[in-house]
Amino acid sequence: MYGDTIDTKLMSPSQAVSKFVQDGCQIALGGFTVSRNPMLLAREIVRQRLKKLHVVCHSHGQALDLLIGAGCVEHLEIAYGGTGRFAPTCIRFKKAICNGQIMFEDYSNYQMSLRFLAGSMGLPFMATKSGLETDLVKLEGFPSYERGKAKIPSKKLDIIQNPFSQDEDRVILLPALNPDVCILHAQYVGTDGTVRIKGLTFADLEQAKASNHVIISCEEIIPKEVIRQDPDQNSLPPFFIDAVVQEPYSAHPTACHYFYDYDPSHLRLYQNVAHDDEAFEKYLNEWVYDIPDQATYLQKVGLKDLLRIKANSCIGYARNLDRR
Amino acid sequence: MTETTDRYTRLEMMAISAGRMINDGDILFAGTGVSMLAATVAKKIHAPNSVVFFETGGIDPSLEELPLAVADPRVMVGTCLNTGLIDSFSILANPRFRTVAFLGAAQIDCYGNLNSTSLGNYHHPKARFPGSGGACDAASLASGVIIFMQHEKRRFVEKIDYLTSPGWLNGGDSRRNAGFKRGGPIAVVTNMAIMEFDSITKKMFLAKTYPDVTPEEVMDHTGFNIDISRSSVAQPPSDDELSILRNQVDPQRLILT
Repeated sequence: MYGDTIDTKLMSPSQAVSKFVQDGCQIALGGFTVSRNPMLLAREIVRQRLKKLHVVCHSHGQALDLLIGAGCVEHLEIAYGGTGRFAPTCIRFKKAICNGQIMFEDYSNYQMSLRFLAGSMGLPFMATKSGLETDLVKLEGFPSYERGKAKIPSKKLDIIQNPFSQDEDRVILLPALNPDVCILHAQYVGTDGTVRIKGLTFADLEQAKASNHVIISCEEIIPKEVIRQDPDQNSLPPFFIDAVVQEPYSAHPTACHYFYDYDPSHLRLYQNVAHDDEAFEKYLNEWVYDIPDQATYLQKVGLKDLLRIKANSCIGYARNLDRR
Repeated sequence: MTETTDRYTRLEMMAISAGRMINDGDILFAGTGVSMLAATVAKKIHAPNSVVFFETGGIDPSLEELPLAVADPRVMVGTCLNTGLIDSFSILANPRFRTVAFLGAAQIDCYGNLNSTSLGNYHHPKARFPGSGGACDAASLASGVIIFMQHEKRRFVEKIDYLTSPGWLNGGDSRRNAGFKRGGPIAVVTNMAIMEFDSITKKMFLAKTYPDVTPEEVMDHTGFNIDISRSSVAQPPSDDELSILRNQVDPQRLILT
């Protein structure tokens, strides 16, 4: 079943999402704040009006905020919601928490990454010293009646005595994560399904390996012979991947190293509309619901902005881009 | 309180004051904003062998343009290694190195414990911030932490609403007793002054005021009792320091303006 072509895995965004994302499923988001967010796939989830998603991520930004704002999210386990200077705290995320619209639980970045790592290794938990005596450890986010339901762990975490020490020495145990599906974006996928991520991988590899299914969007599909010429550069073997969606600029308005920078003008536009419910609803119609495909989306972004954020092929970002 | 003197701004004073605390050879866990300026200015002036790295996995980038987020593609260029979060936090926690982290927060208490999560009730907050990100990890695992704050009463509080990142916890030996092997806040650098922590009680005290600020003004902007008896006046930035900061670290004026 793991042949050496991706023909059976190549799908449109709509096929991939309807096949692998269901109402109520637990979903891991790849990328980090303003980089390599799987935006095309997130917009497709919004377009299909999926509900009650249980999102798990470390530091997330644009895709997360869109999913929350569109009402797709019921549970959230998270370390950080922000897009740097464009939204120091993600705006729809902030609103949803302050208005009691989602159930949420806070961890740290390392804690969330370790939980994915545990899941990828088939372990029930991972240990860390990070967070002892903090409210991350002391305060549960999810209500007790939710505990043990679906993918919600029976408790947020546990603290044990280090079994290898005679002295008092405490360690935190974090429950593993095995999401139903992981969505992420990469620069390249080979015709055999091999994945190559350029730049930083964040916790994408742990998230993908921990998940039951992986949908990946990519900028380019390149020949198997080419991607296997330099396997040291590759990130994931083909058999982790269930669906491949090939569309340029699939991470816009976040950055995709060597292809394009983050788009300051779109992130500012988003920042302005996200504060206001009515304006945000209009944004969703204009930029998500009424957009039939990626070509139409890119047409709407416009050539001017796409050229402005085009990455310099040597340094991987847009030099002297006006980011203020 | 004015925001500028003739020669330099408070933000420039903050970046340069924090930069002076860096030892050559330190491994620096940087965020963005003023912490980026402090780390880079130190590296360019007196700590050329220090290394800046980011929780996202960018190790020792060239930083020809300043990143605006820790996942900015500008932290992925000229690095010795591009990796991910697990690797990055294992460098931060590595017992072999002196790792220094820069953090900011919405609230701080007298033991340097930080809140970057929310105000009011955690489940139904009055205000919500981004959350820990890697801040709790840095505060837990690094050899030391330098904290940047705006000096306001509502930020320097008796009791923080949520403890996101551990400082000296309840003071004294409480941090070690909690299970931390090392670390703790070194200093708090604000737009008015530099605070340090007593070696025994671990309580914050006023170490240095900026040249145009009085200790009484600092007290007025602090929401808990702070010892001002050990205070001296901070050395203003030199022309060299200012010129490097302005012309080499942030020539695009992304943070300094």
